[in-house]
Amino acid sequence: MKIDAKGLHYRPMNKIIRDAVAAGEKEFELDNVGGQRYIGTGLNEPVKITINGTPGNDLGAFMNGPKIIVNANAQDGIANTMNAGEIIVHGNVGDIIGYGMRGGKLYIKGDAGYRVGIHMKEYKKQVPVIIAGGTAGDFFGEYMAGGLIILLGMNGKSPIVGDYVGTGMHGGVMYIRGKVDPYHLGKEVNCLELNEEDMKLIGSYLKEYCEHFGFDLNEVMSGKFTKLVPLSHRPYGNLYVY
Amino acid sequence: MESQLPAEFVVNVDHERCRRCKRCVINCSFSAIEFKDKVTPNHRLCVACHRCATFCPESAITITENPLDYKYGYNWSPEIRKNILKQAESGGIILTGMGNPRPYPIYWDHMLIDACQVTNPSIDPLREPMELRTYLGAKPEAIEFEGEHDNISLKTELAPQVKLDIPVVFAAMSYGAISLNAHKALAMAARRMGTLMNTGEGGLHEDLASYTDRIIVQVASGRFGVTSKYLNNSAIVEIKIGQGAKPGIGGHLPGEKVGEDISKTRMIPVGTDALSPAPHHDIYSIEDLSQLIYAIKEATDYKKPVSVKIAAVHNVAAIASGIVRAGADIVMIDGFRGGTGAAPMIIRDHVGIPIELALAAVDDRLRQEGIRNRASILVGGSIRQSADVVKAIALGADACVIGTASLIAMGCRVCQKCYTGNCAWGIATQKPELVRRLNPELAADRLCNLLTAWGHEIQEVLGSLGIIAVESLRGSRERLRGVGLPQETLDILGIKHAGIGQ
Ligand code: SF4
Ligand code: SF4
Repeated sequence: MKIDAKGLHYRPMNKIIRDAVAAGEKEFELDNVGGQRYIGTGLNEPVKITINGTPGNDLGAFMNGPKIIVNANAQDGIANTMNAGEIIVHGNVGDIIGYGMRGGKLYIKGDAGYRVGIHMKEYKKQVPVIIAGGTAGDFFGEYMAGGLIILLGMNGKSPIVGDYVGTGMHGGVMYIRGKVDPYHLGKEVNCLELNEEDMKLIGSYLKEYCEHFGFDLNEVMSGKFTKLVPLSHRPYGNLYVY
Repeated sequence: MESQLPAEFVVNVDHERCRRCKRCVINCSFSAIEFKDKVTPNHRLCVACHRCATFCPESAITITENPLDYKYGYNWSPEIRKNILKQAESGGIILTGMGNPRPYPIYWDHMLIDACQVTNPSIDPLREPMELRTYLGAKPEAIEFEGEHDNISLKTELAPQVKLDIPVVFAAMSYGAISLNAHKALAMAARRMGTLMNTGEGGLHEDLASYTDRIIVQVASGRFGVTSKYLNNSAIVEIKIGQGAKPGIGGHLPGEKVGEDISKTRMIPVGTDALSPAPHHDIYSIEDLSQLIYAIKEATDYKKPVSVKIAAVHNVAAIASGIVRAGADIVMIDGFRGGTGAAPMIIRDHVGIPIELALAAVDDRLRQEGIRNRASILVGGSIRQSADVVKAIALGADACVIGTASLIAMGCRVCQKCYTGNCAWGIATQKPELVRRLNPELAADRLCNLLTAWGHEIQEVLGSLGIIAVESLRGSRERLRGVGLPQETLDILGIKHAGIGQ
């Protein structure tokens, strides 16, 4: 189904999509998208949505299965509390992407804003993945409780990540392609070298990632990565007395 | 470090009457009673949960406050001195449970209800139908009809409404803070009484799947167990911003309580801390709040009312106005005496404002701005009895929320030790041997009895007021009078002093 989003408010537009999904439609192409919010929000079917233009906030919030391709930049709150599915953005994105994300993949070609992957969680086999090709802002992986975040810094901008990396982190793992100065780190994270297993793990996701955006996998993998893990699963355990 | 703290309570055992059945030993979940030839208490460990005394077949146990007297000092009360000792021995933030126990004024107890005499007859609730029903959800400015004569239908499209058969709903208490059996009891009672329970922020256990039409599901900053299915299987979706017992403080379920079942419900690994900090971090303004409200509405196809829960704080009226304008269908305000599973004592006892004043201020503000119809107001934070419900509705609430009262009905003794996970009554615990002590069916019966009794009492008051529906009482502040309150308080409450007629 093709939808011309020009001048269309998000509410009727998303209703058209919801109704069509309920009627069995599998593929959508949205043209002239300009800031409409909540595209793909709450959808539970494995449909494919191609967005030509810049979607608004909360793209794919509470989403559970669809694949969304954005052929432009995207804004804040992408993959908010997303459970499953895939979002591929051929551009930069805004703040708080992957908030409370619990499954699925979020692949970004360029830069990301503040608070990437805040409250990201995992449960058994459900492990969410975020990969961004450029740089990211402050509070990267804040309160992270599970999942995997990879930051590549392919555009050579510096610093690759902002301050307070992993503040409140108590689960999951982050890989940053480059050196992270200690003063950028939150108090709750530990910096490690990568071992072979780590390389294998990120290699499998990066292969898929590079295919989406036409990056050279060897070049990506040849960079020196830093691995960040939480110091404790209970960062605030000793603060209280009864 | 050796503790200098004296025991808080003394367990007195009448060894003459004791028949050495050891029931007390088995029942004490705080290990305060041992059996060494005879029943031997360790007074220091007693929390006055009354489990032993309740189950002793000989009534051989009494518990008294430790009669250790302190040199009198109004300023340096024993409690303050004990807290200093605790902190000097540990360096930690003092954690506590339940609601604010300090003697702040309780305004409910300074308001009196009107009744009819001679010129405007009262109504006999035993003979006349007395309606306790009410609907939660946004109401339209006006309603239009179409069609003619016997074929008339409503033209105005109504926002989603949730029917309550009694204007009392159970408060948000998460699975984690309380046990699954307590959750089950609340769900069963909510179904039977035509009211609602609230998951709190810990997700919904699969055993409660059949009760979802009676459940308010919460979305808090940690997003535990939140999926599109969770949002859609609900009566109402509630965004938790704050909680009366700990305004500005988030939820924190310690890792040791995150066992297999809780891990599954919250969708996090076993043993990790479940952190739900106060800021949502995607909400820094009313516009941001609106974004989340509409994300939920989009995800539920506009079929569920969305509630926003806040703690009653100084600027509550302006905040509530913003919440309504952001698109919430319900504003839930939690007063500073509200309970909690765990909160820093400094916050519980010193932050927030009383619900009576907050409610009056919010209702006033929304009326002044002409937007009161756009959202229902739910209030909680120490609703202790049906009289409080009547007074709250007269002040402007649509319905009340009860947490502590519902726990007491199930057996809670308000010992304030919820955060320990050792609740002897099977309520605020996850230990299987303790959870088993709470029979969900029996606890549900007790909850239903409480609500049935309150329902009858509310009907009695309505009758004496000469009205036949609780909806006719809403915002009727003229039917309240204050006693012993200064003018400024009366002005905030919008009521006259007792003795003043119409
Ligand atoms: S429960 Fe009562 S009778 Fe039984 S051992 Fe304890 S004090 Fe004695
Ligand atoms: S729920 Fe249990 S631990 Fe908490 S106050 Fe009540 S009896 Fe005590």
